[in-house]
Amino acid sequence: MNTAVTRIKEFLGPEIAGPGLAFVAVMLFFSLASPQFLSSATFGSVAFQLPELGLLTLAMLLPVLTGGLNLAITFTANLAGLTVAWVLQVNGGVDAGMASFVLGCILAIAVGAATGVVMGLVIAYTRAHPILVSLSMMIFVRGLGEFLTRGGDISGFPAFLQPIGHGSLAGIPIPLLIFIVCVLVWHVLLTRLKLGFNTYMIGSNIDAARYSGVNTRKVLVLVYTLSGAMSAVAGIIMLARFNSVRVGHGESYLLITVLACFLGGVNPFGGFGRVIPVFVALVVLQLLSSGLNLMGANQHLATAVWGILLIAVMILRWLAAQLMIFNRRKG
Amino acid sequence: MADIPGTGAKPLLSLHNINMTFGGIKALKNVSFEVLPGEVHCLAGENGSGKSTLIKIITGVYRPEDGAVIEYDGQTYSHMSPVTAQANGIQVIWQDLALFPEMTVAENIAFQTVIGRWPRFVNYRTMRDIAVKALQRLGVALDVDAPLKDYSIAQRQIVAIARALVGEAKLVFMDEPTASLTQSETDHLIEIVRSLSASGVAVVFVSHRLAEVLEISNRLTVLRDGALVGVYPVEGMTQSRVTELMTGKNFDQQVRAKSVRDNPVVLEVKRLSRPGQFHDISFNVRSGETLGITGLLGAGRTELALALFGMLKPRSGSVSLHGKPVRFSSNRDAIKAGIAYLSEDRLSLGLIQPQSIADNLVIASLDRIKSGGLLSDDRKRQLVARWIADLGVKIGRQSDAVSTLSGGNQQRIAIAKWLATDPKLLILDAPTVGVDVGARAGIFEIVAKLAESGLAIILISDEVPEVYFNADRVLHMAQGQIAGWFDPQSCSLQDIEAAVYA
Amino acid sequence: MRKLVQSHATEFALLAVIAAICAVLSLTTDSFFSLGNAFDLLNTSSVNIIFAVGLLVVLIAGGIDISFAVGASVVQYVTALILGYIGGGGWMSGLLIAGSLGILLGAFNAFLIHRFRIISIVATIATFNIYFGLLMFFTQGVSIYDLPDWLTDRVVLFEHEMADGTWAEITLPVLVMVICVAATWLFITRTTTGRQLYAFGDNPEGARRFGINIGAMQFIAFGWLGMMAGIAGLIQAHYAQEVVPNALYGRELDVLAAVVLGGARLGGGKGSVLGCVLGVLLIAITQNGLNLLGVSPFAFKMIVGAIILVAITLSNTSIEKLLPFMRGARR
Repeated sequence: MNTAVTRIKEFLGPEIAGPGLAFVAVMLFFSLASPQFLSSATFGSVAFQLPELGLLTLAMLLPVLTGGLNLAITFTANLAGLTVAWVLQVNGGVDAGMASFVLGCILAIAVGAATGVVMGLVIAYTRAHPILVSLSMMIFVRGLGEFLTRGGDISGFPAFLQPIGHGSLAGIPIPLLIFIVCVLVWHVLLTRLKLGFNTYMIGSNIDAARYSGVNTRKVLVLVYTLSGAMSAVAGIIMLARFNSVRVGHGESYLLITVLACFLGGVNPFGGFGRVIPVFVALVVLQLLSSGLNLMGANQHLATAVWGILLIAVMILRWLAAQLMIFNRRKG
Repeated sequence: MADIPGTGAKPLLSLHNINMTFGGIKALKNVSFEVLPGEVHCLAGENGSGKSTLIKIITGVYRPEDGAVIEYDGQTYSHMSPVTAQANGIQVIWQDLALFPEMTVAENIAFQTVIGRWPRFVNYRTMRDIAVKALQRLGVALDVDAPLKDYSIAQRQIVAIARALVGEAKLVFMDEPTASLTQSETDHLIEIVRSLSASGVAVVFVSHRLAEVLEISNRLTVLRDGALVGVYPVEGMTQSRVTELMTGKNFDQQVRAKSVRDNPVVLEVKRLSRPGQFHDISFNVRSGETLGITGLLGAGRTELALALFGMLKPRSGSVSLHGKPVRFSSNRDAIKAGIAYLSEDRLSLGLIQPQSIADNLVIASLDRIKSGGLLSDDRKRQLVARWIADLGVKIGRQSDAVSTLSGGNQQRIAIAKWLATDPKLLILDAPTVGVDVGARAGIFEIVAKLAESGLAIILISDEVPEVYFNADRVLHMAQGQIAGWFDPQSCSLQDIEAAVYA
Repeated sequence: MRKLVQSHATEFALLAVIAAICAVLSLTTDSFFSLGNAFDLLNTSSVNIIFAVGLLVVLIAGGIDISFAVGASVVQYVTALILGYIGGGGWMSGLLIAGSLGILLGAFNAFLIHRFRIISIVATIATFNIYFGLLMFFTQGVSIYDLPDWLTDRVVLFEHEMADGTWAEITLPVLVMVICVAATWLFITRTTTGRQLYAFGDNPEGARRFGINIGAMQFIAFGWLGMMAGIAGLIQAHYAQEVVPNALYGRELDVLAAVVLGGARLGGGKGSVLGCVLGVLLIAITQNGLNLLGVSPFAFKMIVGAIILVAITLSNTSIEKLLPFMRGARR
């Protein structure tokens, strides 16, 4: 029994407190405020909206854990979507077959990974600040995408893509399934693989990690490569959801992914943070926006509330720290 | 306290009834402290004894608890503030110097002129004049218009001292000023302290290097666990007596050296050179042997160790392990071959301070806690528990941050990290830096046990007694070359010290 | 001279690159090297330069601000409403209102950062979402075209008829920009408060031990950026002759890239007004040149991104390796 509890605790990590509390608060507030909140419609909309933001947040998470950022994720996702679209169009557009879609996905992930490799190499070998490197990569990838599409939409995809964006399997939306698989992959990566272990170590102190025999350059390159690849997965899902590709789709998600990481208890300086609390934080964000929607507000108000929620969690964390100091003084 | 040796002069500074609590822990308990005008006073104590806290109270960074009496230069205060302290001629040279690397030397030295609540225009010419004058007083020539980051640590130290002299200093605190200086730089610093004292400035010296403390101080105040042990004249004081006062324990050391001539050679270094750092180094280390390497800072000891550990590439020469020549392209190759290196800088290179004890311990041996290709928490816990028991480390939980441990326990974790890689050769670079005098003996107990079990050990230290008492042979390095060999069984401590400080 | 080059390596490198680009463009195009084009560049870059010198102050103080561009949008909108309410106003009242509103928004960031010890990137990502979300929510995304005449009338400060009959003009935004640049330069290099900001960014703990008021530093830095952002917002409305709530969305990252290209360091203590202005101009000149060369406008951003990426990579592999004479010989 006891070991089961410690196992669960370990699975969740100590960072669960903030997002867990927010989850309970949001559920309570909206079920009291709106009778329709506790319905399958709400959870249906959350389930379909969660994956896009969620996959991008996973892409952001790894660099944040190393103490960096990847600001290129959204446009990398667009570029990956363009890659799939290009392969489909070359192979007949609406009439393209499943094989060409699979090929497109592989190429898209390769393209996403490639942007990551470049960023990772620059960051690892020049030690330039990740914000700058990924920012310039963002500007480059956005420009490349706009150059290729001339700022327009690309649509006209085969019908079999429809279920990937909108279908369900055993009642669970397919995008959500893909997202959950990715969450689990990231969880295993971070808790069970050397790469994950070293990601945390590098995030806290890259020089000490190097002195302990960690191949810090390899880890950094892999982290950004995986981040780029995960962005590409998000791009493919977005293509299937919108049935079109446009550079700028999901642009507004960029800073929300960072917000979700911090809300999920990830240390802004790197070194600490787990996947599951971040997942809970993402659910909280989507519940908030669905709940506000029910009450007649729009996505913009939800965005503002997301910001307020982040500040509230940070202030609560500060209060908790103050309280601990106070108690120790008394005791 | 009543009998101040020498003059019956009125103290420049006297503190009484100083109490301070941090997070439930009493950092200072009813401490008193006095400094006479123009004296050199040493403040001694182990890490955590309250030295820094006391300095921060005198300079106004912290506010003592109610009831404190601070008398300074005829005035009485209940607490200080940084601004009043500086305005009244109290200056500190912090261990981390607290300088601004991106600013020019002139701006660093004359930074006081830009302090103050209300904005004014900056007069760069005045700043420059002040800086030039302060440096002249120290007899040092530096380009005051260059950014500070262009200068070495020793030169920055000079800048920090010059800055302290700008405000008509009457009382200067120096917190571990020689920690990162070479011997000749230290000598220069001691000269400066003497001339300051002669010109009527009182200097309070905080240092863990007892030899230099005894060389320059007039009086000595000892703190232990936040309480005052006593105030003593330095005349007639010995290093071991000071150690005893600081720790409250008595240490009798004996030479541990033994002959290991029949053991097999583990490491053989032949004519190893790296231009500008070390030159033509040849030696070997046998199984079960502890080889001591000593020499002044800058003698090339750490560079040599890093070359053996694969983090620096030697230009020429050869290294072989168990008779097989090896060549490393990174420290990962060295670790795989069985070489471990305990860094001299535990805080920023040796351990990853914010991370857990367990993770720090297993970081170099992750392959050993795998099961089925994945890292196993159970195996990690077992491995950590075994090493913690083996080395007698006192910890709370394995998941606590390693920074919560004392210096001595941290160093044990660092040693355990390397032992977990199953090394053949362990290089210990300054293993007692930042470890309390009382806990050092425990570290050397471990070293001796490891040697007994057949491990080859290289012990690097700039404190000659450490290598003299704990190594089987002592190699003396100077200016990147081997300057001599000593056998502790057949020479005295003074023989080695004479050679090193010659 | 060598000393001057050494202490201002970034500025000289930027100047050299700008000079090289200008030389190439002057030779390859007819229209680049003309008064009219130079003035155009200044007119169009003014808003970004005002933003940039404001952001510079925050970067020097060791912070970062993501929210200033959307903050400027809020200021624009609210100022337009207030001006309508008071019945028109004029440049003085307009700048006063916009500047004060900007300072308020900046002070809110500083309050969160100082009072609750939230690191600046987290706090400003939160306020970014709050400012933008609330602005879009309350305005419903509706633009204001009905602005006071004084605000929409072009003010030409200097004009010169060219040989081909076109007019080369310097307009009001350039004057405001020059004043903002001069004021920032004076502030950070010639006043004690400015030097305290540098010291605080360089070594916060050292500054604290000197008795510098840390809270005041945060409020001054973020307040200054807020003021500049407010002014830039008003000028942008003047230049565009309309207030569009999401017009400045996304501008923050472009400005950040330019400022860092100009030598400011994330982490504080370093950066100059000249470098910052040159950083903005380099990007503007590159875009302008590509335009004149007949390159598709869709390719601009891609090329600019690539240039920044290369610049960051090179500047971190140390200019010293490329230009050995710059190596300091002081030690």
